[in-house]
Amino acid sequence: MPTQTETEVPSMTQAESAQAQISHHAPRTLAASVPRARRRARFASSERRSTIIRAVIAWILALITMFPIIWLIIGALRPADQTFSPGLSSSFTFDNLSQVLTQVPFPLYLMNSAIVSIAVTLAALLFHSMAAYALARLRFTGRGTVFLLMISTMLVSLPVILVPLFMIVKQLGLVDTYAGLIVPVIFNAFGIFLLRQYYLNIPKELEEAAELDGCGYGGIYLHVILPLSKPILASLAVLFFLANWNSFLWPLTITQSPNLDVIQLGISTLQGQYSSAWGLIMAGSLVAAVPTIIVFLLGQRWLVDSLKTTGSKG
Amino acid sequence: MSTNLATRASGVSNPAGATAPAGNHSALPVKAGGMAKRRRRREARAAFLFLLPDGIGLTVFVGIPILLAIGVSLFSVSGFGDYVYVGLKNFQRMGSDTLLWQSVGVTLTMLIVFVPVTFVVALALAMLVKDRFPGVGVVRAIFFLPNVLSLVVIGVLWQFMLVDKQGVLTNLGGIFGLQDVSWLGTPSLALGTLIVISIWFTMGYQMFLFLGGLTDIPNEYMEAAKIDGASAWQRFTKITWPLLAPTSFFVLVVSIVAAVTGVQAFDLVYILTKGGPANATTTVVFYIYQQAFTFGDYGYAAAITTLLVAFLVIVTGAMLLVTRGGRFNADAD
Repeated sequence: MPTQTETEVPSMTQAESAQAQISHHAPRTLAASVPRARRRARFASSERRSTIIRAVIAWILALITMFPIIWLIIGALRPADQTFSPGLSSSFTFDNLSQVLTQVPFPLYLMNSAIVSIAVTLAALLFHSMAAYALARLRFTGRGTVFLLMISTMLVSLPVILVPLFMIVKQLGLVDTYAGLIVPVIFNAFGIFLLRQYYLNIPKELEEAAELDGCGYGGIYLHVILPLSKPILASLAVLFFLANWNSFLWPLTITQSPNLDVIQLGISTLQGQYSSAWGLIMAGSLVAAVPTIIVFLLGQRWLVDSLKTTGSKG
Repeated sequence: MSTNLATRASGVSNPAGATAPAGNHSALPVKAGGMAKRRRRREARAAFLFLLPDGIGLTVFVGIPILLAIGVSLFSVSGFGDYVYVGLKNFQRMGSDTLLWQSVGVTLTMLIVFVPVTFVVALALAMLVKDRFPGVGVVRAIFFLPNVLSLVVIGVLWQFMLVDKQGVLTNLGGIFGLQDVSWLGTPSLALGTLIVISIWFTMGYQMFLFLGGLTDIPNEYMEAAKIDGASAWQRFTKITWPLLAPTSFFVLVVSIVAAVTGVQAFDLVYILTKGGPANATTTVVFYIYQQAFTFGDYGYAAAITTLLVAFLVIVTGAMLLVTRGGRFNADAD
């Protein structure tokens, strides 16, 4: 980069010039005859304009995307006689919410959903990190085969194997039990795949040091691998919790007694029983949605990290 | 390390020596060779134990069900429990089952419309929120928000907005002279409505997958192209698009699987339309569910399941071939 250009531009910061130097490596066809900085300045103003346009479009689209969720909240808070009034100015009430929480057994549904989602999440994190540790860090014959077999189960989602899975769980005597709700959905190769990917990048030296300290494989897993995998375990915890809190098909298939109804079944029941009491149905939906939105907002950072990794690792 | 190995070896020197008398490792002394072998065996045993819970779970709750589907597809099941071997009758029945082929048509329509439209929408959103602007984090989160809701909540919410003559979106349609349209009650419109809702649900998720790929593209490329006067469109087609190929491929795979067998193919249908009107939204997985749990015909449901699994194996097999044949196990032994 000619120093001449740099001196012409008092406004160019060190960082910018550093970047300009880096960009030197990138392919470039135009000769640097026009002072680069002047062109850069012209870009800066047009860039600011395009940023503003982008921001405006993005915010408008975001508000449109958001609209149904706002309508869910409005619908839940409206008195029954104003459910369909078009404006936003009608009066609000907590009647629907209190009715859902007292007359319909929503607290029971919420508790069942919490038990199932938390149990599945904890068991899945433990089992998947164990399997991933073995697949990423331990050598044994047939490792590639075992990995491929496990990963190939990612093809098959619950709706596909629902019927035979139900038959097996029925044979095991788990229909209409908590175990039936929890155990079959723990096993999922996606978690194994992401964790293994993560464990492949842990430096070997850490394990060797632990081995010097007299750790066996169990000790290495507990004292080296698990502490290092906190961020990915957090992302997976958010993913697993959301998936299980929101799951509908499996609880629908495997439970009969109303005592085992999870929240999604509760809403579906509400939809069937009070088909035109929209305020009540929206209130139930809001109660079901709030925990997922809270978990999402709390775990957003980890969740987004894991999504981005999935995308870029392809 | 040496002390560690020494203590370990001292406790077991005899059996270790005994198990490796042949001395296959020609250059090594017998004892050391036995030790390495012993260590390897210990490692393999540990791996076995670590893999045991997930190994058993995946076998019992995924592997066996797939095999069972094939087995049961050869039987006629009456009510709960009476199995009568019928050979390939269940498969033969499919040929003349017009409702089955209608459901295949619904799933294919889903595939052909949902996958490309969601792809384009998600990529456009990702390009829009890739660079900073005031509130970019909030905007990204909002686009993702529909994805954290359950499809049950989404189903009843859209049903509420689309109630005939009264729902807020039905009234919005009234502005364009579409006041009397029943979006979920008209056979020719219901599937389209379902697809729009699916796109709204999925686009934020795919947007984040694209954002992951976009952040991997070195900024210097863009800077250089800008300085050389490349237009935004040129920068997209010449730099972004080719470098984004692996991510795009991954998004496509995920999207295809979701469209055919994802929860949206069942939950949303169940809540919104129960497959109607006139079976216009009955997907293949919903049809299987109906056969098994509404009509109790496990044998026939299993037969359709078998073909669906075969279809998925062929499609993903073809995809693995395209992606350099299972690069997953590139670092396996």
